[in-house]
Amino acid sequence: MAGIALQALTKVFPGGVRAVDRLDLEIADGEFFALLGPSGCGKTTLLRTIAGLEEPTSGEVTIGERRVTRMPPGKRDVAMVFQDYALFPHMNVVDNIAYPLRIKGMSRSDRERRADDVGDHLGLEGLMERRPAALSGGQQQRVALARAVACRPQVFLFDEPLSNLDARLRLEARTFLKRLQRELGVTTVFVTHDQSEALALADRIAVMEAGRIRQLGTPREVFGRPANTFVANFIGSTPMNLLPATVRDGRVEVAGQRVAAPADALARLADGDEVVYGVRPEYMSLTRSAVDGALSGTVSIVENLGSSALVSVECNGHIVGATVPEGSEPDPGTTVWLAATDGRVLLYHANGELA
Amino acid sequence: MNESRLLARKVAARIVFYALVSVLSMFFALPMLWLLTAPFDSSPTYAVSVPSWTLDNFAEIGRNPYAVSSLVASVVLAVATMLIVVAGAALSSYALSRVRIPGRDALLYVLLLLSSVVTGTAAMVPIFLLVTQLGQVDERVGIDSWAAVVLVMSGGLLPAAIFMLKDFVDSIPRSYEESARVFGASPLRTLKDIVAPLISPGLATIAVWTIVNVWGNFLVPFILLRDPEKQPAAVLVRTLYTEGGQPNLALLSTFSLLYSVPVVLMYLYVSRRYGFRFHGGIKS
Repeated sequence: MAGIALQALTKVFPGGVRAVDRLDLEIADGEFFALLGPSGCGKTTLLRTIAGLEEPTSGEVTIGERRVTRMPPGKRDVAMVFQDYALFPHMNVVDNIAYPLRIKGMSRSDRERRADDVGDHLGLEGLMERRPAALSGGQQQRVALARAVACRPQVFLFDEPLSNLDARLRLEARTFLKRLQRELGVTTVFVTHDQSEALALADRIAVMEAGRIRQLGTPREVFGRPANTFVANFIGSTPMNLLPATVRDGRVEVAGQRVAAPADALARLADGDEVVYGVRPEYMSLTRSAVDGALSGTVSIVENLGSSALVSVECNGHIVGATVPEGSEPDPGTTVWLAATDGRVLLYHANGELA
Repeated sequence: MNESRLLARKVAARIVFYALVSVLSMFFALPMLWLLTAPFDSSPTYAVSVPSWTLDNFAEIGRNPYAVSSLVASVVLAVATMLIVVAGAALSSYALSRVRIPGRDALLYVLLLLSSVVTGTAAMVPIFLLVTQLGQVDERVGIDSWAAVVLVMSGGLLPAAIFMLKDFVDSIPRSYEESARVFGASPLRTLKDIVAPLISPGLATIAVWTIVNVWGNFLVPFILLRDPEKQPAAVLVRTLYTEGGQPNLALLSTFSLLYSVPVVLMYLYVSRRYGFRFHGGIKS
């Protein structure tokens, strides 16, 4: 078992693309860590640099107590699961799972026994003689996991392990993955572009943009207090309301209304400052009668989300979203009032950073 | 009325089509038929006819002092060249497919272009001189050595083989190798365990193609091998003439039949075992 430390890690590709930019990061032993970001943000490059498949331009990678920056991937004691699983099509499941052990020189009977044990544990009984082509996507994913588990590494690296599964299977695989990681207690880094996956699985999340970490924190921190408007935009299944606002006499003026704002943030701002008023649709309560200090507007669109609905309200030229429980959706065209839940309002400086 | 005319026209078109196909297939089938009947005929001519059955021709070929040794020579030359070409092409196409070198594609095209020159007529004099001089350094690779023929043939066939095989290697997802690399496999190990099994149809194609090329090549062994005991079958055929200088049709056809049988058998075997595919493409 081992933690991972990255110091001033930089990766510049030939051609000048700076995929990872002077990045410092510590991942604790046994942690389930997510690298989250839009495509092209450098998260996969970062993972591949930890694996040793990419050599950093500068900086250091430490796994456990060992500096592995210049070490080939095979010596780092890591196991990686690729997005396409990279199962060898000409080997059956047993041989696939046992292949890392074969490279390590383990005898045939030993490695087949271990492959069988791991396969049984991951619910692959009865599939061990099949070729990957004869397995479903979910089964292939479990074989790839089994292969990683069988080599008992210090670190697991997962590159979008769930993205090739259909939506329903993804939820099952997610639970399975989390339980497996808890059981084994192996430090795990996984890359995803799906914020809900990161929130559900990870102990800590690093939200990345353009090769840098924009926020590092627990899912609760990242969801509840996004450090900047980029993270606020990226996290959450419904887009966060981010409205231009101005500080006025201990309140903020948003869409022509003066509304309450957190006192600690206001203390750091001066009267007349331009800010961004942020609140998630989930924390907006919608009423059909006038409320003091609430935004008023007319309902323009109602989107059904299953157990709730997302209502878009046009307030003075701005669209503000709010979720309402199912059955209480207002009709489009009605006038409604939106009040933010206390303590859920965030103010951002004009440059996008949390005030 | 109109319908029946249409039908008549359709039938007529079919008849013309089948007649044409029959004539064409006759054209190709006749030489095959001749090859199958003439060896069993006591006095074959250029015409295909029902033979007056005899096995004397085979007995006479057996009495030719070089007939058997030439077939052995053909097998040795073909197999040795095949091994070098398959091993060399596997190694270099893997490297060329995975390593980024500036001008890689240009290099491949130039090699491909020049390769036809190596085994071609134009380069025969320089090759002969080169091998003669090599022989003065070490006679094992000089004139009259199988090694010289194998090396020249390999040199001529390798570029095209690399070119063909590279397509197969290109079609293997990189994640397979990266996965093996993370588990600690060396590049050679990856080639052996992962890449080679996945491109086995390509390797089989190249093996067969090499063997057929060497088997049928006359010029290179003819020029580089003087000793009749070392000459392969393709060169021996040239000597099967009567004292009068006329082609000895009985012996020629008999030897030709023996000469074709191994290649046909190999085709059947390989096609059954691997199936011929000229394009890679792995569905994972």
